[in-house]
Order: sequence, then structure tokens, then C-alpha cells
Amino acid sequence: MSGAGAFTLDGMAIAYRDGETIMEAATEAGVYIPHLCHQPGFKPHGSCKLCTVSINGRNGAACTVRAQDGMTVLNNTPELNDSRRALTEMLFVEGNHICPACEKSGECQLQAVGYFVGMMTPRFDHFFPARDLDASHPEVLLDRNRCILCELCVRASRDMDGKDVFAIGGRGIRARLIVNSPTGLLADTNLSAKDKAVAVCPVGAILVKRRAYETPIGRRLYDRQPISEVALEEAKTLKGKGHG
Amino acid sequence: MGERKLRVATASLAGCFGCHMSLLDIDERLFELLKLVEFDRTPLTDIKEVGACDIGLIEGGICNAENVHVLKAFRANCRTLVAVGACAITGGVPAMRNNVDLWDCFQEIYQYEGGTEGRVIPKDRELPLPFDRVRPIYEVVRVDYFLPGCPPSADAIWKFLTDLIAGREPVLEHGMLHYD
Repeated sequence: MSGAGAFTLDGMAIAYRDGETIMEAATEAGVYIPHLCHQPGFKPHGSCKLCTVSINGRNGAACTVRAQDGMTVLNNTPELNDSRRALTEMLFVEGNHICPACEKSGECQLQAVGYFVGMMTPRFDHFFPARDLDASHPEVLLDRNRCILCELCVRASRDMDGKDVFAIGGRGIRARLIVNSPTGLLADTNLSAKDKAVAVCPVGAILVKRRAYETPIGRRLYDRQPISEVALEEAKTLKGKGHG
Repeated sequence: MGERKLRVATASLAGCFGCHMSLLDIDERLFELLKLVEFDRTPLTDIKEVGACDIGLIEGGICNAENVHVLKAFRANCRTLVAVGACAITGGVPAMRNNVDLWDCFQEIYQYEGGTEGRVIPKDRELPLPFDRVRPIYEVVRVDYFLPGCPPSADAIWKFLTDLIAGREPVLEHGMLHYD
């Protein structure tokens, strides 16, 4: 393979460097593809499926599929956007996402993606699952009601913090975020509020305590800008720091 | 003009009336609204039963049997039914009790420290039967439109209503679409 090439994304030519994923190349070209389990600088996970695009007529996750010369990729189509909305709706009914009572509201990626895909209602019947909350840690709150199992904290703690605090236990509907300590409690780990695993949580599942509602409504991250703009700017900032 | 005014009904079920307050927050635009609509059952008119309407606005989710009766009457009478606010759309804050046993809720509210005088759990037969879980209204009846927010801002309500009244598909741009 050569060092670079180009593919088309919704008919637009996108240049890429060898090894880049469709997501990375699109982001660099200023095209936002909705995502939740992907973050620039993280090893792709490909689990939330929001970034599903059509690649030469077949669906694939833009965050895991590498760009190839001459690929035809479709991103912004009614069918794909409908699927994204349905996936977002399912994430909302599967957990207990009570936005008005959540400290992350306004800075939450799940919520902001909901706005982007035009989710007016979660549409499906709510599960209202019984999920545990772990308030044992002096600095960090873990509220599993809001966890979407994106594994960003798992990856950050393992690969960046070098602490291996989190994992996903159980399968299917019983899958849940578990804590690597003898008691299963966050207090008995060496997790710190400054850890990447805490900062990276896209929803209100892992929160630094005593920071709630610091930014007034109207001035929060996604009040000011839609996630489509924030995500591209954040990727650019990260790239500037040499992590891209 | 000369056209018939659209008839609008509103109700708050398991809500806090915050969405109704936000409707009042459209301020002087209320006069403009009243040129286009007339109100049927609402907390503003104090009409008790809903009659035939063009638009029904429901605030709040379903937490008891009375909520279901009111909601079904709205569905039967309103050509277009709108779920207004987080509680009507998701159950909202009242749904946070969904994983707490109802009896535990009652004890906490009426019997334990800070409870009512005499620590008695009310059981008057006039009181509606509470449900063990709070549900959004679309899990009980068909709903035509959803207007999210806690509450939806006055501007969002105004945009939504004027779109609906003009026969346009209501669209909320960035900044107007909020789940909180």
C-alpha cells in the first residue's frame, strides 16, 4: 500500500494517510460522523455502532475500518441517520437517563448526539433497570444508571492511566461496569479524580464530586455549540498537541 | 381571517406545572396566540373535562390511575396530541422512584422524620390509585408530537406551536432542542 490515497465520502473526495480509519480521515477533512465509543487518540472499539457508514454498499463502523483508495463511503443518508436515531433511542431507554437530574447535562455526549440526530422521544418502552450507584470514593462518583458501556474508561484506565480500574462484567442486558478491587468498590482502587478514565466518560456515569452544575444553563459546552462542531474542534486541538 | 380558531386543551399529569409556566413565559405573544386559538380544558380556564379539540398538550408522565383516565380522554378528543416536556416524554424526575418500592416511598414521605402529622399514609378513596412505576405518556397512548425540555423554553414552545398551527412540521433548531 502507498502512503496516502483518497476515497469519496458522500461524493466528496477525502484524502487519507496510510493506516488512517475512515473516521480519522473524515474528521481531518472536517466531516463529523456521529460517535460515542470513539474518541480521538483512543484505540477504536467499534461497539456503539453510531458511526456506521455504507462502505462500497456494505455497512461498517467508520471508527474501525481503514480508509482505502477508491472506496465509496456514504455517511449522511436518511437510512443511516434513521438507524443512528434508533440506536440513540435504544441507549436512552436501556439505562436511566434522567437529563434534568444529571450533573453532566449540557456537557453529555449522549444527550448532544440525541440533539444532533434529532431525537424528539426515546420512542421505545423504557426498561427502568435497577442499577447500582457507587459513592464510596472520596472524589469520584460512579452512577451505573447512566453508563452506556462504551468502555472508554476501561481503555483509558488500562492504556493511559496504567491502573486497570474498570472492566465490563456480564453479557447482553446484564453487562455492567465493574470495578477492579477486592470489594468491588471504587474507594478501594487507586483511581484519582485527575485520571483520564474519569475525564473521558462521555455521559454522567463517572463524575468528579462537588463540581455539579458549575456552568450555568445556556453556557455549557453543548448549549454553545452542537457536538458536530465540538468534536471536530477537539480533534484538531488534540492533533495540535501531537496525539492524533 | 374569519377562520375558526383552533381549540387547544392542556393538562399536567405527573408533572410540576413547569411546562405550563413556560407556556405563560411566551409573555405578550400570548395575545398573538389567542388570536389563533381558544382554550378548552386547561388549568387556565378551569374547565374540568376535555371536549373536542384540535391540539392537546400533555405535561407530565403517568404515575396513577387518574393520569390514565385524563390521558385517554385527551387522546379520544384531540386530533393532535403533543407530549410536552421531559416527564411526558421519558417519565422524567418522577420516574426516579421507579426502582424504589412504592411502600418504601410512602413510608419515607408520610411516616419517617419530617412526615405528615400523625404519620398516617393517606388512603381516602377519593385519591387516585398510585402506580408502582412512572411511565411516559407514549407508552400508554399514541402521541403525535414531542416537545422536549425541562421545561421546553418559551421560545421553543412558541416555535413549536406556531409551526403546528401554521400546518408546518415543527422543527427545533440547535439551542431549542433540550432534554433538560
